[in-house]
Amino acid sequence: MKLTINGQSLTFSNRITHVNQLLHELDVKVKTVVVELNRHILTREDHDEAVLKDGDCLEIVHFVGGG
Amino acid sequence: MLTIGKASFTSRLLLGTGKFSDLDIQSQAVEAAETEILTFAVRRLNLEERDKQHFLDMLDLSRYTLLPNTAGATTAEEAIRIAKLAKASGLCDMIKVEVIGDRKTLLPDPFETLKASEKLLEEGFIVLPYISDDVILAKRLQELGVHAVMPGASPIGTGHGLLNPFSLGLIIEQAEVPVIVDAGIRSPGDAAIAMQLGADAVLLNTAVSGAKDPVKMAEAMKLAVRAGRYGFEAGMIPVKRYASASSPIEGMVQA
Repeated sequence: MKLTINGQSLTFSNRITHVNQLLHELDVKVKTVVVELNRHILTREDHDEAVLKDGDCLEIVHFVGGG
Repeated sequence: MLTIGKASFTSRLLLGTGKFSDLDIQSQAVEAAETEILTFAVRRLNLEERDKQHFLDMLDLSRYTLLPNTAGATTAEEAIRIAKLAKASGLCDMIKVEVIGDRKTLLPDPFETLKASEKLLEEGFIVLPYISDDVILAKRLQELGVHAVMPGASPIGTGHGLLNPFSLGLIIEQAEVPVIVDAGIRSPGDAAIAMQLGADAVLLNTAVSGAKDPVKMAEAMKLAVRAGRYGFEAGMIPVKRYASASSPIEGMVQA
C-alpha cells in the first residue's frame, strides 16, 4: 500500500485501513499531532474512523517551538 | 488582569518557545518567566525523528494557554490553513496571525493579515494579528473584531527594541482591545518601556532563548514587564524643562 506522507512517498507491506492504525504503524511518539487527509483536516475523534486507501495523501503536523 | 476574548491572565508576559538550546533550560525559563501564554509554530512531523522529545509533550497543559502562530505563511490562505490545523489539535482556539510579506525583514504583510484575520474571525477563532506599528491597520483590524493587536517593536529576532515608540503609543491610545508588543525586544529595559507606554502585554522569544543565561533573562523579563506596568498604572510625572527642587526651599541653614 502506498501513501504520501508529508511529501514523502511511503510503501507499506500491510494494508492500513485507518488513520489511527497508521499513526500506530509509524510509531508516532508525539502526543499531539494533527492529520490532514487529502487536504481535509481531521479532528482527533476522526482518527478512528477516517478510512485510508491506496494513493492517499496525508500531512501529519504538530506543534514545534516558535515565537 | 490581561483579558483576551473570554480568557483572563495574571501575567502580562507571553513567551515564545523557539530556539532554546535544550528542553531542560527551556522548562526552567518558562517557569522563571511565570508566563501563562506560550507560542508555538505548526510544522510537519519529521518522520525520521519520530522519537525526538518535544517541548509541548513536557508541558502541564492545565497551566498554559497555547497561542499557535501561522509562521511560515505568506498568504492569507496559508495562514488560514495553519490556523485550522492548530485548532484541530483540540488544544487551543487562539491564533497569532503571522503572514510574512518579506523574507529579509520578516515584516508582516498588512493586506494578507487583514484578509486572514477577517476569515478566521468568521470561523470563530480568537484572533491576534502580528502587525507592523501601523496605527490605521491596528484600527481596521479592531473594527473587524480581532481580540488583540500585536505590533512589532522592531523586526523579529533583531533585538533593536522599540524603534517607534511614537507609533506604538498612538496604537495603544486608540486601542479598545489589548495591545501586545511583539518582536524585536532585546533587553528587560525594552520590555519595561513597552509596558510603561501602556501596552497590555509583551511577547518575546529570542531575547530569552538567545540570552547567555535564558533562565535569568526570563526572570528579568518577568520583573521588567511588571515594573513597566506598575509605572504605567502609577502614573509618571510630567517632563519639565527646568529643575524643581525635591527638598523644601524654606528653612535652609544659613551661613
